[in-house]
Amino acid sequence: MSPDLEKLEGIATQVRRDIVRMVHGSQSGHPGGSLGCADFFVALYFSVMRHNPDFHMNGKDEDLFFLSNGHISPVWYSVLARAGYFDVEELSTFRKLNTRLQGHPTTHEHLPGIRIASGSLGQGLSVAIGAALTKKLNNDPNLVYTLHGDGELQEGQIWEAAMYAPFNKVDNLISTIDVNGQQIDGSTEQVLSLGNLRAKWEAFGWEVLEMNGNDMRDVLRVLELAKSKTGKGRPILILMQTVMGNGIDFMMHSHKWHGIAPNDEQLAAALLQLEDTKEDY
Amino acid sequence: MKKYTYTEKKDTRSGFGAGLLEAGKKDENVTALCADLIGSLKMDAFKKEFPERFFQVGIAEANMIGIAAGMTIGGKIPFTGTFANFSTGRVYDQIRQSIAYSNKNVKICASHAGLTLGEDGATHQILEDIGLMKMLPGMTVINPCDYNQTKAATMAIAEYEGPVYLRFGRPAVPVFTDENQKFEIGKAWMVNEGADVSIFATGHLVWKAIEAGEKLAALGINAEIINIHTIKPLDEKAILDSVKKTGCVVSAEEHNRLGGLGDSIAQVLAKNFPAPQEYIAVDDSFGESGTPDQLMEKYGLESDDIVKAAQKVINRKKA
Repeated sequence: MSPDLEKLEGIATQVRRDIVRMVHGSQSGHPGGSLGCADFFVALYFSVMRHNPDFHMNGKDEDLFFLSNGHISPVWYSVLARAGYFDVEELSTFRKLNTRLQGHPTTHEHLPGIRIASGSLGQGLSVAIGAALTKKLNNDPNLVYTLHGDGELQEGQIWEAAMYAPFNKVDNLISTIDVNGQQIDGSTEQVLSLGNLRAKWEAFGWEVLEMNGNDMRDVLRVLELAKSKTGKGRPILILMQTVMGNGIDFMMHSHKWHGIAPNDEQLAAALLQLEDTKEDY
Repeated sequence: MKKYTYTEKKDTRSGFGAGLLEAGKKDENVTALCADLIGSLKMDAFKKEFPERFFQVGIAEANMIGIAAGMTIGGKIPFTGTFANFSTGRVYDQIRQSIAYSNKNVKICASHAGLTLGEDGATHQILEDIGLMKMLPGMTVINPCDYNQTKAATMAIAEYEGPVYLRFGRPAVPVFTDENQKFEIGKAWMVNEGADVSIFATGHLVWKAIEAGEKLAALGINAEIINIHTIKPLDEKAILDSVKKTGCVVSAEEHNRLGGLGDSIAQVLAKNFPAPQEYIAVDDSFGESGTPDQLMEKYGLESDDIVKAAQKVINRKKA
């Protein structure tokens, strides 16, 4: 394994520890999707994106990231802290009164790294398109990234945005769907099948890529490939296969850990599976 | 009593179109988005002058609101344009989360508000939009009264940092305010000073209030008429100063009685200086098809209705 890959995987393991400890600490939050997307977030913030932890809301001359499925805030908060946006100790305030780490991400408490509120689903792709259009108007060559849940694709606004971006050649945009196949009431197949996602996005005019979101090597490879495909007249869509709860065996492959917190015993069992690589907060 | 006259009638939406063009000339960060209603919103001139800063979004208002919110990141000042119904009710959650809660510098510009949209009927005649928008923390809500004021307001909100809801209408109405006025957000405009009753009007009802004031004068009643173009933040001082003098109130708006200007005024009075108040507003109902004039008459929003309300509230004051 290359030193770089080893380093990134080490960070992702620490992020997973942060996630379960944060959710345990407040006895609320969404560990499942957060754990599944840990590798993606670490790849973005520690390798792929050009970004500035000395945070500026306007985001000029840097890449931007928008989290549309805001309920997986624990993974984003952990990665932002580990990347230097704010002190890791602040992770202990997650979901507690007067915290900047609100249940769902918001600009309202001025947490560095967050540029718009999300939580009510389906809005992030439109917002990202707006930010991407402004980058073009400003002759700013940097890119805009988004992440969405697969269940979130049941929201109609996503498809309004999906229609807009290719028609208007928003080609500085890389959107990723977390395809974990789970939502609150069960599997996406049971609740409202998403059908053939590749065919759907291609029919809307997107350049579609696929990656294994729980294989750091593949995440890095596909994100770099996506970057190379920007500026060619089409937005990029990555179908990212992940396992909800990835990294903790008893949380994997089930929607049950979408939005519940582990108790003390479950936390201890989870942490035994995750090495403390970067020191707990 | 100051006498107001007019030489022409123009639609307030054309004032918006003219103001948007001026705002675009003044600041290259001003952008405009429209959901398939360029002609109705009078955005043609901006589109022609600044094609690279104009965005046709199609019939997808939720996407338009989201794009506008994102566009502010990097310094743009987006103006969205569609009918008032599709500017508010249809996209309430998008405005709430992506604009208001996120404090984005978006100007939500809404035409065809109220009954005077006319023949299209109740599906398009929103009478709840002022209430919906004023309930959002941080949202500024403006409803100017004629072409000149709408133009001035449009230019003023471009220079103001923060989310704004700007409401205007479809029909041609008298142009009676100063062509070169300076629009001050949140500052009520004293139309006519008086001593017997305070008439607080907004939007198209300001001209109706002026007409009512003349009819009241003929009856020996000296009405104070104030244009509340900014419903939020409300000019509480202007309201209280007036009511402390007159002791009674008529509020007048092209909106549901519930949640509009009248309720905002009643809250200020209840907390500071309780006084009898009559509402000129739509009485908690939907609208219907008809000409603007027919609808204003049927739903009780004419100057004669204001006259009757003023007489009634003056009697309540004496009781």
